[in-house]
Amino acid sequence: MSQDQLIINSVTGVDVEFKIAGPGSRSYAFVIDWHIRLVLALAWFIVVLLAVAGGLSFEGLDDAGGGKIALIFLPPTLIYFLYQPIAELITRGRSPGKRIAGVRIVSREGDIPSIGALLIRNLFRLVDSLPALYVIGLVCTMVTKQNVRIGDLAAGTLLVIDHDRDGKSLAKMETLSRNPALDPKTADLIDELLERWNTLSKHKRRELALSVLTHTAQLTPEQLRALKDAQLRARLQQTLTGASS
Amino acid sequence: VSAEAGLAHWLNRRTGEWKELAQAAQRLQRGRSHRTEDALHAVEGYRSIGRDLSIARRVMPGSRLTLGLEALYARLHALIYRAPHNKAATLRALFRDQIPHAVRELHRYILWVTMLFALATGAGWWLIHTYPELIGLVASDEMIVNVEEGRLWTEGMLNIAPSSVVSVRILTNNIVVSITALCIGVFFGLGTFYIIALNGFMLGCLFAFTHQHGLAGELLKFVVAHGLVELSVICLAGAAGMALGASLAIPTHATRRESFQHATAEAGKLMILCALLLIGCGFIEGYVSPDPGFSMASRVVIGVGYWFIMLTALNGQLFRRLNA
Repeated sequence: MSQDQLIINSVTGVDVEFKIAGPGSRSYAFVIDWHIRLVLALAWFIVVLLAVAGGLSFEGLDDAGGGKIALIFLPPTLIYFLYQPIAELITRGRSPGKRIAGVRIVSREGDIPSIGALLIRNLFRLVDSLPALYVIGLVCTMVTKQNVRIGDLAAGTLLVIDHDRDGKSLAKMETLSRNPALDPKTADLIDELLERWNTLSKHKRRELALSVLTHTAQLTPEQLRALKDAQLRARLQQTLTGASS
Repeated sequence: VSAEAGLAHWLNRRTGEWKELAQAAQRLQRGRSHRTEDALHAVEGYRSIGRDLSIARRVMPGSRLTLGLEALYARLHALIYRAPHNKAATLRALFRDQIPHAVRELHRYILWVTMLFALATGAGWWLIHTYPELIGLVASDEMIVNVEEGRLWTEGMLNIAPSSVVSVRILTNNIVVSITALCIGVFFGLGTFYIIALNGFMLGCLFAFTHQHGLAGELLKFVVAHGLVELSVICLAGAAGMALGASLAIPTHATRRESFQHATAEAGKLMILCALLLIGCGFIEGYVSPDPGFSMASRVVIGVGYWFIMLTALNGQLFRRLNA
């Protein structure tokens, strides 16, 4: 049912391709944003409550007018309900949760969405959140072609994958061209393996390193197998930079 | 020259420009006003990144180089094609041209929803007039007791909370009701139909009930200053919601999605004006309506005057005059 990519035709003749975020990335972004707004709202609530309980007086906020109660309850309520639209408006579709989850909102033309579109998208949370826990929104993202909720349908927006690491990877291209004897594809592979070294299991990284070094290092398979974990890593670095051992 | 060496040479040659373009894109994304040279540089860069991306997709598909170029290309595309920033002109166009256009497009729904509201009000009046004991369906026990004792529930409103708090509470509530009336139009208009009918019905019931106890005049006095615009705005929001429902039931564009998106964009513009009008209503309801110091005549002047302002805003005349 779902469609993985949004392809925009460009005047250059090279299409702009966006990978559409699935329900998983969307939910992840939402959960992070939800926690941020909850923590902010609770922080305000607790700090002001403690201040009031500690005897701090608020001049002019008499109890009869409900000023004190408004000071305790109104800001956290506003933070909770307005965090999402305000964060999306300020960041133009990349709220903190979305940034961490590596997604962003784009219009159907691949542009930064307009203020109107972002407001409409947020208004329809009212329907998407029905009957509770965003059930309608979640079901919508599962059954629609481009994994969109009703708010996105109304505003003409989409959530696409936008990892910071993709942008930053260009900065690393110099590393890949440092060893002229090394094929850039292999250099890319080695660089990625080194980057993920600590997150991979010992067994897995050894297996991958041996498989790469068999084709690039001038060592026999026996010599390679004799290398320890740290030595394998150092050998990969040498291969990438072209430094002699 | 081997293919690998050629690739490495190309990579070497282009890396510097990619890095520079990535930084330029970041700068352009942050700022709002840019120099013409920066914009032209971005356009030129967009073209050259397009060529590089085309090569990268072919020779290194799925690599981080390709992903990086894809991200940069998409970022430049969004920057180049983003709408110009001119908030004042955008707002002027919205209030002078786009909202009146939306009103013209929705006029059929506005008419139908107003009729529905009037019918529901009539039905509510008839029901309570015929079966007074049914008032418990729409009014709380406290309200009923108050009216039976000859007092409106609105009396002494300002003793409970100051006008400012009352205003904010009322305008928030009204805006939420209007937004709900719009959004639940997504259920093929049925949600909106229900909200409008229910609001009209309750109004009719309460007027009939207060009439039976000789308080209808008092209620009218309370309502007239803010009610004309408030009820009109509820009907406008209902019409916008109905239009959403109709766009899904009877699409006017190639697909239901496009039709829905168009209807929402038009309705959204109208809702901006509705929200502003409701803020005014909230203040009138907080400061004027509960204050016994205002005579009936002054309330009528305020109510009718504000209603005319609403009409001129809806057809764009108000903002044309303000800008003239």
